[in-house]
Amino acid sequence: MDFFTITLPISGVEINALLLVLLGVAVGVLGGFFGMGGAWMVTPALNIFGFPMPFAVGTDLCHMAGKSIISTRRHAKFGNVDMKLGFIMLAFDVVGIEIGARVVMFLEKLGLAGPVIRWVYVVFLALIGMLVFYDFYKKQQLDKAGAGEVQSAITWHETLHKIKIPPMVKLPVAGVECSLWLPASVGFMVGLLAGFLGIGGGLLMMPALVYLIGCPTFVAVGTDLFTIMLAGLYGAFTYGVKGRIELLAVLIMLAGAAPGAQIGTIATKYIRGYGIRLMFGVTVICAMASVILKQIGWGGAASWVIMTAVSIMTLVVIVGMFKGAAQELRAKRLSHEGH
Amino acid sequence: MTRKRKLQALAWGLAMTLAPLGIMAEGGEKQGKLVHVADTRGLTGFNLYFADLYNTNRLLFAIEAVLITVIMGVTLGILMDKLVSVIGLDLSKRSVKE
Repeated sequence: MDFFTITLPISGVEINALLLVLLGVAVGVLGGFFGMGGAWMVTPALNIFGFPMPFAVGTDLCHMAGKSIISTRRHAKFGNVDMKLGFIMLAFDVVGIEIGARVVMFLEKLGLAGPVIRWVYVVFLALIGMLVFYDFYKKQQLDKAGAGEVQSAITWHETLHKIKIPPMVKLPVAGVECSLWLPASVGFMVGLLAGFLGIGGGLLMMPALVYLIGCPTFVAVGTDLFTIMLAGLYGAFTYGVKGRIELLAVLIMLAGAAPGAQIGTIATKYIRGYGIRLMFGVTVICAMASVILKQIGWGGAASWVIMTAVSIMTLVVIVGMFKGAAQELRAKRLSHEGH
Repeated sequence: MTRKRKLQALAWGLAMTLAPLGIMAEGGEKQGKLVHVADTRGLTGFNLYFADLYNTNRLLFAIEAVLITVIMGVTLGILMDKLVSVIGLDLSKRSVKE
């Protein structure tokens, strides 16, 4: 394995390049599938591999931008990206991030930042996880009652769409017409939480797009990736100016993320929206368990939980994609033979 | 300086010296280096160019890092598209719904 060991030119970190490629594959698969940047997986992993924390964050942001370009292109071809919605949410998301960061600075002065942030994070992850599982349970009940095809068993977005404060916007790709202030305020709230918790926001944006805006799961994933791509490019630039990017590591991870992102994105073609939501819920609960373990001082167990969850989910998505692709190719061959 | 003042100054000095040790003992993280310089000895080609640029012009380094990331992302995306179309998958539509 020494053959793959390289010394990164800027940070001077010695690392096994194969590990970076594998990390890139895993984040590419899960990012393309769930519509997330995956900072919650990559930053701790790079830190474990020996990167100083600021380099881990900067390198992750730069890699996240490159990987999101690949996934967003593919989702755009599927018609899953609502750019208008993405731009509106991003504009207000940025304002929210800034205010969230200032709240953190205030808490830091009081000496409360660390534990408060971690416990708020745990509460939100628990709420999102419960929401996703409740939605899945309700959908099962509706299916049993023969309610037919429904977009979402939780219909909060329908209530929110009744608030018609002008100006109204039409979001054709998402199939939504609502007050501009709905995506604006949801973007602001997601940004506020993301800035407060110090995360990219994909983990919050995806369920917010589904349950509050009313996007189909696929459009939520695609639009989320579009906003992550823009935010990641800005993050890469600002961390670059601060000198905290290891470009060689970014490029090696991208080599793994490219096929990974394709697999994750194409898997959304074969796995139903509710399957994606359910797997997302499991991932969120694993992330929550990891934060709790870290908070009680079990850092090693926290990393183990996150890495195991990432590996299992990646394998599940890869298997789902290959099974779906094999079925499609078989059906095509049969139809050709029929002609 | 009165005896009381001397004692106060000594107490402050001691507190300031020991405070970081206390913070570290409580698990506070060590500060990273504020100014980082890349070691260019033994580097060649791409690595030498970027390490030099990193040391001399951070703004240009940031711009080139973002541009290379975008170019690499787009190029790899196009390559993967070609690879997937060779396999024969139809990536223009989906059959499954919610």
